[in-house]
Amino acid sequence: MGSYILKRLAAAIPVLIGVSVLVFFIMAMIPGDPALAILGAYATPENVAKLNADLGLDKPLVQRYFIWLGNMLTGDFGRSFSQNKPVIDEVMGRFGNTLILAGVAFVLCSILGILAGVVSAARQYGLADKAITFIVLIGISIPSFFLGMILIILFALKLRMFPVSGMYLIYGGGGLGDLLNHLVLPASALAVVATGVIARLSRSAMLEVLRQDYIRTARAKGVGERRVIMGHALKAAMVSIIPVLGIQAGFVVSGAVYIEMVFDWPGIGQMLVTAISQRDVLLVQGGVVVVAACYVLFNIVVDVAQAMLDPRIKT
Amino acid sequence: MTLFNWTRRAVIAAGAALALAPLAASAQTPEGVLIVGQVAEPKSLDPAAVTAVNDFRILVNLYEGLTRYKPGTLEVAPGLAESWEVSEDGTEYTFKLRSGVTFHDGTPFNAEAVKFNFDRMLKEDHPFHNTGPFPLAFFFSSVEETTAVDDTTVKFKLSAPYAPFLSNLAYPTGLMVSPAAVEAGGADFGRAPVGTGPFKFVEWRANEAVVIDKYEDYWGEPAGAQAVVFRPIEDANTRVAEMIAGGIDMMVEVPPTALSQFQGDEFNVVEQAGPHVWFLILNAKEGPMADKKVRQAVNYAINKEAIVNDVLEGTADVAAGPTPPAFAWAYNDELSPYPYDPEKAKALLAEAGAEGASLTFYVTEGGSGMLDPVAMGTAIQADLAAVGLDVKIETYEWNTFLGNVNPGLEGKADMAEMAWMTNDPDTLPYLALRTDAWPDKGGFNSGYYSNPKVDELLESARTAVDQEERAALYKEMQTIVQEDAPWVFIANWKQNAVTNDRVENFSLEPSFLLQLEKVVKK
Repeated sequence: MGSYILKRLAAAIPVLIGVSVLVFFIMAMIPGDPALAILGAYATPENVAKLNADLGLDKPLVQRYFIWLGNMLTGDFGRSFSQNKPVIDEVMGRFGNTLILAGVAFVLCSILGILAGVVSAARQYGLADKAITFIVLIGISIPSFFLGMILIILFALKLRMFPVSGMYLIYGGGGLGDLLNHLVLPASALAVVATGVIARLSRSAMLEVLRQDYIRTARAKGVGERRVIMGHALKAAMVSIIPVLGIQAGFVVSGAVYIEMVFDWPGIGQMLVTAISQRDVLLVQGGVVVVAACYVLFNIVVDVAQAMLDPRIKT
Repeated sequence: MTLFNWTRRAVIAAGAALALAPLAASAQTPEGVLIVGQVAEPKSLDPAAVTAVNDFRILVNLYEGLTRYKPGTLEVAPGLAESWEVSEDGTEYTFKLRSGVTFHDGTPFNAEAVKFNFDRMLKEDHPFHNTGPFPLAFFFSSVEETTAVDDTTVKFKLSAPYAPFLSNLAYPTGLMVSPAAVEAGGADFGRAPVGTGPFKFVEWRANEAVVIDKYEDYWGEPAGAQAVVFRPIEDANTRVAEMIAGGIDMMVEVPPTALSQFQGDEFNVVEQAGPHVWFLILNAKEGPMADKKVRQAVNYAINKEAIVNDVLEGTADVAAGPTPPAFAWAYNDELSPYPYDPEKAKALLAEAGAEGASLTFYVTEGGSGMLDPVAMGTAIQADLAAVGLDVKIETYEWNTFLGNVNPGLEGKADMAEMAWMTNDPDTLPYLALRTDAWPDKGGFNSGYYSNPKVDELLESARTAVDQEERAALYKEMQTIVQEDAPWVFIANWKQNAVTNDRVENFSLEPSFLLQLEKVVKK
């Protein structure tokens, strides 16, 4: 298992280098000038050229890439001009907030999705199955940002049950209770689509397992239905459900971008949107590299978990 | 069955949790603490380093300048300087500073501090010049030397008479920062600001809030609120929702379509016209717009009333010329806007032989002071189509747009949207209408307008020290520019804000600055 993990980690390095090349050159291709963004509407072409030289943006592109990559390897991601602070501080702070939101949403969608899938499969073609299938279909079809707005109108403005936006009460807030209160709506909006996907795939994975002979054997031997389903069948189905969870974890993190905008959640998605519009090149590059690294790590964790559950996977 | 029961129990538990949740719902904002919904995160809180109104709204409560705008006007009044004298030739300004004022960090405010501020911004060899860039330093480019005569006297030597000087000192770029804090913070000063204002900086939580507290040792009348929290909420709908839910006490830049939600006793909507002009730059160098008749024709062809009333829902007035009416003393109120007259437009186009001309029109997606640029652009395109002009819109993101427009429209476009908010009637025409302000000479005259008479009037107005004389020159300039039509004059924005009923003593300033020292929060 150890060598398998090492192998997977080594395979991640070219992926990350590829990501750094892509994000660097795409940012370079996007029209608009960081110097203009700093200087604002009063920027004369002369001042723009001078500031670009000060920022080192007048050097050849390839040279700039290697300078950036080299600095990054020593932990120096540069300085964000729009935030006027080191990129790494801003990115890590924001990423932490995104992980809180995405983490809660992920736990929510995993539990609800698997549960819904199991109930659906256990009562195939029954009322519960039909109801769940219907709800799941709606959940998958509603864009999460739109659902977010509906949740705000309903639960924050009409019923006044939860705050509209933000992460903590803006004055005198803080603490876990305050955080959870602010998490309910954005995490729910973020979880809905993934819940639907997980529910559908869990249902079919469960149905496949339930058709197996050993389940029939277990039932014939008088094992209780609950144990058959939760013990035998679910454990076997998890082998096909876990990779889905891994993919959904990635979707939840990327879906957080919209949700963070709607709920004004101070996460990395919101940071990236603002940074792109401000042409804060270093902040965008740093943010994307960190998110990509995390994505790659997710996949490794999923692969390892799958390998541990299923001995047929060659380690 | 057990599985079903288990699920049912979970559903009941979830329902109970939801029912209990109102207990934990957001509380009302605390007494004495004013929470302001801002449109974006500030870039920096160093007044010399920023250009956005969004940042200025915070800065003017932390810092003060030598002069300030008299409340409710754009007239200059004493600030940290009690009085001043101007030499007869208009090139020497001597300020008597208020004594006994200290910065929030205890550093005394004196002539040396003033000198430090201007040298940092203007002298490339100053040890703290690298804490910039200072994009608006050109407001003070005529300052040749700053001298600390004694502790409370400071003298500015200008290279030439420069009438907007006192007004520029009141602009955020001229606000005084603590030299000791700049020395200690270096490039990080903008995140730990220290001024002399009625509020002092407490903390800046990235993308969550900037918190400022009442400064107990303030030299003037103490602030009415204990604290102010500026909260960036970029999405306008979320800002509106927070306002309705009571999460913020005040929001600025209310989207026109949301204004109707704030009718009733619970809220106050405040409006104030300011020095803002929204216009179209016309390419007077080449193509159909090189002909004055065509430029006048487009001014007649565009239904500006419809734009301000329907697109902007009454949040702006129709503009008559290049100078906004907010500059009351310099505004020529004899000018009336070009009326909406498509027939006259068609006749002028026929005279110029430009019927059916194809035009390229640069439109931006957003940007400072641009209001609703895409909707306005398409309304303009439709009006021009009605008089037979074939207008092709090219839309750009704001920074890209500026990168295209500021270097000049030549070879690229016939017209482009633009908006300016300024503090002095000199700034916009001087930077955007003179022959010497063509882009290749470092100015913002992107449409290459040139009229020697206008050049002469603007140069004289800037060096005239007498305000009445300046006013006469500006008024004459406006008449000529309106006739020449280098721009299409569209709208003057009325800024707005909404407060809840717990906020008292609040008004908006024509300067677009958000002065909060008198505001009381119940």
